[in-house]
Amino acid sequence: MDLATTLTGFVALYIFMLAAFTGYEIIGRVPAILHTPLMSGSNFVHGIVVVGAMYALLNASSLTEQIIGTAGVFLGAMNAAGGYVVTERMLEMFKPSQKNVDKKKA
Amino acid sequence: MNLHPQLIIDTSYFAAAFLFIYGLKRMSSPVTARSGIVVAGIGMLVATLASFLYYFVVDDAARPYLPTNLALAAGALILGTAVSWWQGKRVAITAMPQMVALYNGMGGGSAAAIAAVELLRTDVEHPLVPLIVTIVGALIGSISLSGSLIAWAKLDGKIDKTWRMRGQQVLNGTFFVATLAVGVYIVVFANGHADPRIVAAFFVGALIFGVLMTMPIGGADMPVVISLYNAFTGLAVGFEGYVLQNPALMIAGMVVGSAGTLLTLLMARAMNRSVANVIFSNFGVTGDEQQGEIKGSMKPADAADAAVNMRYASKVIIAPGYGLAVAQAQHKLYEFVKLLVDAGVDVKFAIHPVAGRMPGHMNVLLAEAGVPYDMIYDLEDINDEFKEADVAIVIGANDTVNPAARTNKSSPIYGMPILNVDQAKQVYVIKRGQGKGYSGVENELFFADNCNMVYGDAQKVMVAMIQAVKSLEGGH
Repeated sequence: MDLATTLTGFVALYIFMLAAFTGYEIIGRVPAILHTPLMSGSNFVHGIVVVGAMYALLNASSLTEQIIGTAGVFLGAMNAAGGYVVTERMLEMFKPSQKNVDKKKA
Repeated sequence: MNLHPQLIIDTSYFAAAFLFIYGLKRMSSPVTARSGIVVAGIGMLVATLASFLYYFVVDDAARPYLPTNLALAAGALILGTAVSWWQGKRVAITAMPQMVALYNGMGGGSAAAIAAVELLRTDVEHPLVPLIVTIVGALIGSISLSGSLIAWAKLDGKIDKTWRMRGQQVLNGTFFVATLAVGVYIVVFANGHADPRIVAAFFVGALIFGVLMTMPIGGADMPVVISLYNAFTGLAVGFEGYVLQNPALMIAGMVVGSAGTLLTLLMARAMNRSVANVIFSNFGVTGDEQQGEIKGSMKPADAADAAVNMRYASKVIIAPGYGLAVAQAQHKLYEFVKLLVDAGVDVKFAIHPVAGRMPGHMNVLLAEAGVPYDMIYDLEDINDEFKEADVAIVIGANDTVNPAARTNKSSPIYGMPILNVDQAKQVYVIKRGQGKGYSGVENELFFADNCNMVYGDAQKVMVAMIQAVKSLEGGH
């Protein structure tokens, strides 16, 4: 069976349009308090580029392609891993207050 | 039916795209944010592992190179992950913005590398539309790479001067047009089979343009620039995803591209500037306007007196700025706040949208010190409460509390939303010296009758305030 997906012009445009609205909706309703973590989180998400770089590298058939492909995978991996660590460290710190502990005496 | 590797790859990418969107959605609320990044992380792991299955479905031309390529991929993946994981775990929370810039640049570079591989392939036909998309993605990705690196270096203090000169915009414009012309040549005249040296020239041109574009921008505007480059990388990834016929890249890239663009606009609006204004003009260069005569004088106050005054107040609102983070005083501040809360004072934090170095950066800094997020309020939620407050305390902030933004039409910050601290009965401003804010504007708040200045390093002032309140309790 033929499993090759072909994303012709208009299918690609539909994907881009829907994805753009999704991104807009996600950020549009976020309180300012989460803007930095979300910028960091979206920075992590585009680390998926590493997958594209792996495709390019595994299909490389010359030394130049191998060099550029390796650089691409290295950079993409840094984007994904670094983005994850930084975002997680930021979000780890958001805690609600313990009201019963804070209000012990007047 | 035997499980075809391509089917597993496609399924994994579909799962990853779902997990990314679901994870980002969870990240948009403080309660679920932590689990959001974990969800997205699982998506990334699944997609990356599945990509090794390309081993079974590569082009015939790549077969002889496959063992080497596989080793290179695994090596680069492990090395890149290890380096940034180690680095990201160690870096201080105040340094987070530049780390976002750095990793964002890496992503842009990766997208540019994918484009470079495509453009150097001479053995295949390049249809027009994918070729244009490749070139545009390459341009955006390269600009994002070099621009983000400059932003990182500036925020990290490695480059500490803004590099401006006459005719800068003409030079930048010329460079951009020249790079674009090379791109057009590759597409139209060479049909994607240009000489490798010309392709290299295109990338070098785009990289240099990224540097030229970022160098004149001052540190205060960097958050907007980083956010813009974040959107750029997203777009570049989305475009290269189209070229590779990979919907996961297309969706993830475009979601980030649009979210990043919106975030950039929100940030610029919070600073009362347009994105074009941030990028193409230099703040304060035209700072010769007449500034109205400011009546009154700055009145110094003792830290201990201010602390005692707050201890017996019923409502205190704190407006922190970047100066707080520079002095690393957020922990001492929260210690002081806890003393006030124990004494029955109603304490709230008021955060201006551009406090810190990015929107929300101040929230992260306060969260690091243990301040619960339900004590922290956004500008629009708290601005009406200042007139009921007995004391408003400004720590290391300046332009974000300058009433000139409301009244003085000739001021460069006119129209920017500000925290209405001047409406509190008493205002204390903790500040290192008498200097002006980033905008270079004199702050008439400091001269107001109900305002006193507490001079000194924020951390030392907070220590003095804690001692003052504690000695009060001890005397009972």
